[in-house]
Amino acid sequence: MIEIGLGHYLSLGAIIFFLGVMGIFLNRKNVIVILMSIELILLAVNINLISFSIFSGDIIGQIFTMLTLTVAAAEAAIGLAIIVIYYRNKGSIRVEDIHGMKG
Amino acid sequence: MINNLNILLPEIFLSISILSILMLGVFLKKSFNLIFNLSSVIIIVTIAIIFNSSNDTEKVFLDSFSRDSFSSFFKILILVSTFFVMNSSKSFICDNKIDKFEYPIIILTSILGMFFMVSSNDLILFYLGLELQSLALYILASIDRDNLRSSESGIKYFVLSALSSGLLLYGCSLLYGFTGSTNFDLISSELNSTNIGAIFAMVFILVGLAFKVSAVPFHMWTPDVYEGAPTSITSFFAVVPKVAGLALLIKFMFIPFANILLEWQTIIIFISVASMILGAVAAIVQKNIKRLLAYSSIGHIGYALAGVATGATSGYESSVLYITIYVVMNIGAFSCLYLMKKDGVYKENISDLSGISKKHPVLAISFLIILFSLAGIPPLAGFFAKFYIFKAVLEQNMYALAIIGLLTTVISAFYYLRIIKTIYFEDKSIAFDNVNNKVVQFTIFLSCTILISFFLYPSILNNIVNTLFFN
Repeated sequence: MIEIGLGHYLSLGAIIFFLGVMGIFLNRKNVIVILMSIELILLAVNINLISFSIFSGDIIGQIFTMLTLTVAAAEAAIGLAIIVIYYRNKGSIRVEDIHGMKG
Repeated sequence: MINNLNILLPEIFLSISILSILMLGVFLKKSFNLIFNLSSVIIIVTIAIIFNSSNDTEKVFLDSFSRDSFSSFFKILILVSTFFVMNSSKSFICDNKIDKFEYPIIILTSILGMFFMVSSNDLILFYLGLELQSLALYILASIDRDNLRSSESGIKYFVLSALSSGLLLYGCSLLYGFTGSTNFDLISSELNSTNIGAIFAMVFILVGLAFKVSAVPFHMWTPDVYEGAPTSITSFFAVVPKVAGLALLIKFMFIPFANILLEWQTIIIFISVASMILGAVAAIVQKNIKRLLAYSSIGHIGYALAGVATGATSGYESSVLYITIYVVMNIGAFSCLYLMKKDGVYKENISDLSGISKKHPVLAISFLIILFSLAGIPPLAGFFAKFYIFKAVLEQNMYALAIIGLLTTVISAFYYLRIIKTIYFEDKSIAFDNVNNKVVQFTIFLSCTILISFFLYPSILNNIVNTLFFN
């Protein structure tokens, strides 16, 4: 049996964070996927904060996590609202279609 | 305890008034005018409260909130610029049918977020302030919700800003883990260049902050958002969040990252040089004035960051001075756009300006003063702003940075002068409507007066800025 230590948790966080960032840049289809990727990034941060908090015996990290969760919820709500008004005007939320302005 | 609350008085007053005018707006019909005027009153009262508070450095609530001359200066700058941006854009808002009562309330909310950003002394408070500001700005960018371009700029701003907030937050979590604290002072004493994890965190935080001030290579959103959002929102975006973002950047470099100067200096120099070059080159081909001002603001942020890159107090002072004069110039430039109205439609192309010197001599001369100042031509204020930056850079023997800065100034003078050429030396002439808007005219007049008369007594602003970095 291997002992699960701080390094493992941080690696998990880093992997999820990386998946989130890649999801934003490689995704060419749907804006909703971008919203999910942003949530992934914030969750990766939460894993980081909680594992640091547990392994250093300091409660501040967990408080930070609670506040981050609240912010993530607010961000998702506003993001969805903006996607809805965009869909009303354009009739599509494909990422390729979002190029009205260039230069 | 009561004393602690006294220190937070501007923030408490602002939050309570936001909630009260929100109630008023919900229950009264057609309340845009009332809410708008009330918000202006709230801004003035908040300025008065900040003026009356003492200038001693005080840290409250487990040292997470600090009130000092630095934060008070930036709060007043934010409030004054918001006051002029809002009032000069009022007729534009009404003409374009975006006069919803939420408009001034959301602006006040974003100001509340900026207040917490500039006074924060703790990663948690800093992140929450930044998010409060960003969430309000997402809504502002897409406030003209029946307009495709406005909602597109909202979606672009949302995606990129949320990504940068995520990067910044990841940096915060690493910084917390590798220094064991979220307090800026404790982080500062824990950090040194052997702490590799914390340096990694520093890079992530810098990326997030560079995005907020739209420095290259994180500037992609700026031209699109500036062009797509309504002009009243663009002028807010170009001025107020930049001030708060730069204040935060200086604060991060000054307190938590003071001990790893050599590590962040290289990154800031790169960002600054890249912003100056891109701001100068990419603006040449633009036809839309708002897009041009977007690239020009990227270039100006590059100069302000050159002051930060010195890592010395004189450098920080010069960039505070730079951003103050930048605010005056941009408020003037955007106010001129509110006078370019033809048959009830606001024009935004450079070609629309051709030959206006014959029919609108006053507007033409205001454009001339503001554009000369943006280009940095003496004796206007824009020259002194650049002069102090280059002086601080040369004091630190960073010759390469100063030379690149001077060269990009020359290149950027080209496109500012091209607009002046269009105004004065082209024949095709359309007359704009006669807009008799006293507030816009007064704003332009004030901005031009400050820009022209700054050289008479530059030490007024200098003396204030010199007191900001005394801890």
